[in-house]
Formats: sequence, structure tokens, C-alpha cells
Amino acid sequence: MIKVSIAGASGYGGGELLRLLLFHPEIEIRQVTSESLAGKPVGRSHPNLRRVADLKFVAMADLEPCDVLCLCLPHGEAMKRWDALSGLAGRIIDLSADFRLRDPADYPVWYGHEHAHPEMLGRFVYGLAELYRDEIREAEYVACTGCLAATAILSLAPLVRSGAVDPSRLYMEGKIGSSAAGHRADRSTHHPDRSGAVRSFKPTGHRHTAEIVQELTFGGQAPAVHFSATAIEMVRGILMTTHAFVKDGLSEREIWNIYREAYGREAFIRIIKERQGVFRYPDPKFLAGTNYCDIGFERDEHSDRVVVMGALDNLVKGAAGQAVQALNIMYGWDERTALEFPGLHPV
Amino acid sequence: MGACPECGASVDLDFDVVEGEIIACEECGADLEVISVNPLELELAPEEEEDWGE
Repeated sequence: MIKVSIAGASGYGGGELLRLLLFHPEIEIRQVTSESLAGKPVGRSHPNLRRVADLKFVAMADLEPCDVLCLCLPHGEAMKRWDALSGLAGRIIDLSADFRLRDPADYPVWYGHEHAHPEMLGRFVYGLAELYRDEIREAEYVACTGCLAATAILSLAPLVRSGAVDPSRLYMEGKIGSSAAGHRADRSTHHPDRSGAVRSFKPTGHRHTAEIVQELTFGGQAPAVHFSATAIEMVRGILMTTHAFVKDGLSEREIWNIYREAYGREAFIRIIKERQGVFRYPDPKFLAGTNYCDIGFERDEHSDRVVVMGALDNLVKGAAGQAVQALNIMYGWDERTALEFPGLHPV
Repeated sequence: MGACPECGASVDLDFDVVEGEIIACEECGADLEVISVNPLELELAPEEEEDWGE
């Protein structure tokens, strides 16, 4: 059995990772940390895991060596504590933003501070299996992606990489549920204010823009990404709608072929585009708790626009499930292990 | 074996398929009408309009 510890396991991402790994046949959970809940059972923070996990939180200072250390810490903490954390495990999967960007100059621009360990950025593999499967297989360190970024990148990569769309005109609108803001309460999450909100919280300047640009750069050509984010009335889920513009009058069938070629054999990507019925396009509602990213599109008959819709659960494919998928690849296990939950309907 | 006129996916047909039969593309869900068996010809089946303008 591979021994895995989770640092920062009392938050939503850490709890979701614990939920998934508890049912992984090759994994033994060694320790889970929380500074505020050290000594308390994990059910105190994750009621769904009562009597599922016989575990208590420990303080970070009490972490012992393990095979894989998963970091679910607030942004900035993993890089600050890197010297101590990196000595605990040969393989580390970080779910924060600390090692996602390859260029250290991006950190002051998008995160407001210098990177504490810029020499490590080149040693982390970006955690999207669909783009970096071979690199993840050999990786010591994996940086899981931003949830909105994952949705945008998976939705658009086939079209941008193949040259099917104009990379200078990508207009993205991401709708996202409240769990993406984390488990710490503030005024913006107060129920009377948050409930029922359709809140444009980042019309411009969202941090994930940096990742989207980084990962949609093919052949040295950085795309112009115009991204806005809106908080909506969901707990889990993202729907990313992108308006792109096709080149050379590309037809809908040709777009089908591009997606089929890119994702036809992927376990967790589904092309959802049906002509009839109610469920014609991706809807994050049915993806809650799953590791799927559903992608759909429609070619505008009246212009050269293609509208691409991507949906996923921000806590699973956008965070913890992505980490488990990477872990499965790193150890040569079936990529779907512990990730086969198909979601609920109706829900 | 035919090709879906909507998405281009391969469509498996039973050997006893007949003209006028409606089959569904497994990939995009389109209803397809068998226009001709030999040679095989598939077209999008007419669909009922739905009011999506609310």
C-alpha cells in the first residue's frame, strides 16, 4: 500500500481528496493535518466522512515521512513551507496555485508576491492528465490546476492547438459555485448576501487567466484570453462558455472530428452535444462529485463564431479528482481507480 | 456501417435494417432516418420543434 498524507485536510479540497482516497484500493491514508482542528476527528470538518474514516487531524509540525504528500494549503503556504515539506515525501501533489505557473515573473503580476522558490517551478508538472499524461507518469511533483482554468483549457485546447480558431479572440465567461471560494467565511460568503447571487466578481483580471494563457500557448503563440468570472447559485460546479472564431469556414463536423481525435479515448472527457431533449449540452449540475469534464459546442450558422461549453465539478476534476487521476498515472494504476462515481440524477 | 450526417461518427446498423427506420447516433444522439439500404444512405430525421425561447 502507498502511504499518503494530506496537509491542509480540513478545507473543501482536502476533504474531497480524503473522500476519494479512502476508497482507493492501493492507498493508505497516513496523516491528515489541520492547525485549527488538531486532535479532532475528521468528521468535525467533513460530516460525510463520519464513521467512514477513523482519523484525527494532526498539526503540520507532526507530519511524518510518507510516500506521497498532498498539499491542500492556502495559496502561498506551500512555497513558504517548501523546505520542510519537501523532505517528507518523494512525491508531492500540490493543489494550490504555488507551482502552476512556469514563469516566476507571473507571480507578482497575478498573485501579488514574489515566488519563494522559483527554482522549483520547472520541476512541477501541470496536473492535467489529458495534456501531460507522459510527463505526469515520470513526475516527482505535480501542480494541480485552477478549477476555472482546467475547464477553459480542456474546452479550448483541441481547437487552439489544431489552429482551428483565432487565438487572438477568445472570450470566456465562467460561472462558478460557492465552494470554489473555500471554507473560510467572509462577507462575500455570508448567506443573506451569497444566496441567490449572480455576482460578477471578476469581470477582468482573474488569476486563472495566467494559467489559461500558459496552457493555450502552442507553437510559441500566446493567445489573447478575455475572461470574466461570475458567482452563481450553486455549491459545486463550473460552466465555462467560450466564444471563439473559426478559421477557413470550419464546419461543425470538422469541429466534431477535432474533439473526437483529442478526447475520443479519454476516460473523463465527454463530448456532450445532442440535437434533441433537455440535456443537450454540458451542465455542471449532473457532474457534482464526479471526475468528468463535459464539453459541448455549437457552430453559429450566421457568423464564424463557435460557442464552446465546458462543465466540471470544481472540487473534483477541478482539484481533488485531478490529483487522484495524476496519482494513478504516477503509480501506473488504472486512471479511473477511485474516480468512477457517475454522479446523481436527479439531484 | 454508416456515418452520421450530423457529427461524422460511425453508426452501426443491424443487418435487417429497413428503409424508413429511425436509428440514433450513439455519439451525438441525432435521430437518423434510413433513406436507402443499398447503397446505405442516412439523413437527419425530422424533429419536433421545441419552444426554447422562454
